[in-house]
Amino acid sequence: MSGGGGNTDGRPVVPGRDDDPDRLYTITRGRSRAPENAFDLVTLIVAEQAPASGMQSEHARILRMCEAPTAVVELAAELALPVSVVKILLGDLLEAGSITARHPRFAPTRARLPDLDTLKQVLHGLQQL
Amino acid sequence: MDSNSSEGRDVPGTGRTPLRRTADNALKIVVVGGFGVGKTTLVGAVSEIRPLNTEEIMTRAGEGIDDPAGAWGKRSTTVAFDFGRITLSASQVLYLFGAPGQERFWFLWDRLFTGALGAVVLVDTRRLEDSWYAIDRLEHHGTPFVVARNNFGEPTHTLAQVREALDLSPGVPLLDCDARDRASGKRVLIELVRHLTARVEAGAAGAPAAGAADPVRDVLEESTP
Repeated sequence: MSGGGGNTDGRPVVPGRDDDPDRLYTITRGRSRAPENAFDLVTLIVAEQAPASGMQSEHARILRMCEAPTAVVELAAELALPVSVVKILLGDLLEAGSITARHPRFAPTRARLPDLDTLKQVLHGLQQL
Repeated sequence: MDSNSSEGRDVPGTGRTPLRRTADNALKIVVVGGFGVGKTTLVGAVSEIRPLNTEEIMTRAGEGIDDPAGAWGKRSTTVAFDFGRITLSASQVLYLFGAPGQERFWFLWDRLFTGALGAVVLVDTRRLEDSWYAIDRLEHHGTPFVVARNNFGEPTHTLAQVREALDLSPGVPLLDCDARDRASGKRVLIELVRHLTARVEAGAAGAPAAGAADPVRDVLEESTP
């Protein structure tokens, strides 16, 4: 009853622990290399089209979840798939133009510290908690 | 249409809370600490969603990267981590990651820390040694962090004693918290943001950019366990 998680006794699905390599191999159609730089863990994904019939079920599920912006890591948790597998699937969808990606604006590989404006916004947001 | 009835009900109806449609920028803060120190509790206390668990597959460098059986197979390691989320504004959302602090998870750190605003090191004074590696690693990375002592009951050590035992640089904030308490968790996060702000302001005042030189490494090995 608990939906498409992939185990039978109703406990929360923990990705990987319940996944065997064969299943991941099938889902990714044999690919193992995620487009490493295309998506951050917190890149927000937005669907640009509804799932089409005949689409791979994981692709369709991603599109449904991304009717509202959804972070890569949340997709992985909801799909009960490892992050790198989800990145491969997202790469397909991006290439097909089915999704857009809103990347984190803060890129600290260039400058280690965020700008004051961002920090001010974060502080303000936290104070509202 | 939907001949396969197990499909189509993709998200269990336990209330996924979608982000606002205007959300367009996500930020990260990492919570690190030893096993059982309360990382998930802290994340859960401040998160607007029930903390979620997910997992990344790690392949040891140079091994079987082009060989799917290698990447998805026995030679790869999976590392689980928790996360939660706080909507900051119409456009900004903050993700909090709970990351295992042990040495064997070092390869996860680079991925989690890339792009993180900073980190919270959660410590349990009964097992301070669990956080040495995390602190050393953060200093090496140049990732700004604060240290929060998760206080269960009456503290047996002063914060000054904890600071000394951890060999913390004077500039690193150290505070008490109760990981179960939302207000307390919020205070820890605010302390981190204030610390970041101070560092940015200090940098703007003319100090050379952080990370240009290898910071003085704390010689943790010299501390007696």
